[in-house]
Amino acid sequence: MEKATLLEWYRQMVLIRRFEQRCSELYSLGKIGGFLHLYIGQEAVAVGSIAARQDGDHVITAYRDHAHALAVGSETGPVLAELLGKATGVSKGKGGSMHLADVNRHYWGGYAVVGGHVPLATGLALAEQYKGTDNAVLCYFGDGSTNIGYFHESLNLAGVWDLPVLFVAENNQYGMGTAVDRASAVPRMIDKAPAYGMEGKQVDGMDVIAVYEATTEALQAIRDGKGPQFLEMLTYRFEGHSMGDPLRYRTKDEVEKWREGDPIGILERHLLNENIATREELEDLDKGVEQEIEEAVRFAEESPFPAYEELFKDIYVED
Amino acid sequence: MAQITMRQAISDALREEMKRDETVFIMGEEVGVWGGTYAVTRGFYDEFGPRRVKDTPISEMVIGGAATGAAMNGLRPVAEFMTINFAFLALDAMVNHAAKVHYMFGGQMKAPVVFRAPGGGGRQLGATHSHTPDVIFAHFPGLKVVSPATPYDAKGLLKAAIRTDDPVLFIEHATLYQLRGEVPEEDYIVPIGVSDVKREGTDVTLVGYAQGLQVALQAAEKLAREGVSAEVVDLRSLRPLDMGPVVKSFQKTYKAVIVEEGYRSYGVGAEVAARLQEEAFDYLDAPIKRVAQFEVPLPYSRDLEQAALINTDRVIAAVKEIL
Repeated sequence: MEKATLLEWYRQMVLIRRFEQRCSELYSLGKIGGFLHLYIGQEAVAVGSIAARQDGDHVITAYRDHAHALAVGSETGPVLAELLGKATGVSKGKGGSMHLADVNRHYWGGYAVVGGHVPLATGLALAEQYKGTDNAVLCYFGDGSTNIGYFHESLNLAGVWDLPVLFVAENNQYGMGTAVDRASAVPRMIDKAPAYGMEGKQVDGMDVIAVYEATTEALQAIRDGKGPQFLEMLTYRFEGHSMGDPLRYRTKDEVEKWREGDPIGILERHLLNENIATREELEDLDKGVEQEIEEAVRFAEESPFPAYEELFKDIYVED
Repeated sequence: MAQITMRQAISDALREEMKRDETVFIMGEEVGVWGGTYAVTRGFYDEFGPRRVKDTPISEMVIGGAATGAAMNGLRPVAEFMTINFAFLALDAMVNHAAKVHYMFGGQMKAPVVFRAPGGGGRQLGATHSHTPDVIFAHFPGLKVVSPATPYDAKGLLKAAIRTDDPVLFIEHATLYQLRGEVPEEDYIVPIGVSDVKREGTDVTLVGYAQGLQVALQAAEKLAREGVSAEVVDLRSLRPLDMGPVVKSFQKTYKAVIVEEGYRSYGVGAEVAARLQEEAFDYLDAPIKRVAQFEVPLPYSRDLEQAALINTDRVIAAVKEIL
């Protein structure tokens, strides 16, 4: 792996971490409304897998969706502006935290009905197959999504029609406050894939390099005509499900244990121990991120709220 | 002009649009090899092949969602639900995604998908297979909902539905498939959201759509023999709803009866009556009447089922109450 690539992944992961921390503060100040779901702890999954895509590949996910926007390269300012409900937001302030999208970057957004975007991903892939391209769709979802009908119907259709979808289960161990083994008859997400003709592979979702390698392999398999693929990323969210989560369902010891495997720490140690980068280089990247976040906050804060007229725009394409 | 059935008109519209636009394709249960449960797509599989005529598993959630996703990514899917009763399973995909993505993401994406669904009662299919739930779908901004009453409108509205960049639910009343009517050879569309006067009259305005429109027309014919001149307005689209011709007619007759096959509560009649009093209060000469399905789950036994459904006698009785 090239140094520049590894440093870029480090930068993206730190950017997501700081962005989410800043969102948490802005939420406490009442500047972000509604629900807010943070990606802290899971950064390696979005960064490593999205790095493996080719230009035409698509990305779609559920409501924990800020990281995917940043990883596809959406500008930090408009993403944050969306969370503040501003007119300059990626969705013009109409979507909010759970409905970010950046279609120019093939990011079809966050969807807030659990599992509801999985058939959309299947349809995006159907369109690529229909058009005869070799593009694929990376469809992210949590462990909780694998118990809803949408998931099963979509995997089955993708299997029957050989659609170019990479199903990426982000198993962060809990669907809201319900542990996987209390909600799923099988504890491993990959055990659901064979029913739909997919093998499935478990990946250490805290190791960005492992995530990248597994995703690259899976996308290649799709492009080689081997049909849809399934990856289970084993990961953990360090914070609650959303803001205001009482966190009664897991112990401090458990959280601490996972925090020792912080994906940013893992990459940082790798870069330093293998003498790939110096501490100064990493600190420079950290500073750059801080500056980017501050500029994004300024941009978002200074942006206007949407005008009243915007209320009635875009209900239909053709009125 | 050739007289063809509604089934043929819908089939012709699909075939012509598929020939005109490579991005149009069909997906649904039994649409391919079987030829469509109501034979609308008979011959399509042989003519267009499996790429453009896709048999799906019995999976309404993914039919609704995948058709929407394919539309977001540049295609124009026509997704068929075997009956509208099964579209309840796809309600989330239709209402939360097809109808919302354009607005919710600030105009970045569009979902030009058509959902086709036969519906309606009167065929002894029992409570779960006989719904006329059109208003449920028409409740939500973002989705367009149309339901034709004639072969001409069916063909023109389906073409408009396929060509518009918005998601459309196209509801076909199954008892109308055999209805014959004049349809021109040349290409035409019937615009979505435009009501149409189907019969002119002076004494009372009958408002209907789909099967309800046909019942209203039959009632108007019988009333004419009794010297009552009824004007009949076809809504054709439930969303957007074009009240223009309805209001204009009401300003002439001062009386209205709304005929719909769905339930009366929260129905099309409720909406049209409310709008008439808002938009033409000064012309109100009598209570606005509603003729609708009785509020029971439709039973299987034939006479019992027919007793719950609308018919010309009930329309005529309603008219006589306000004349």
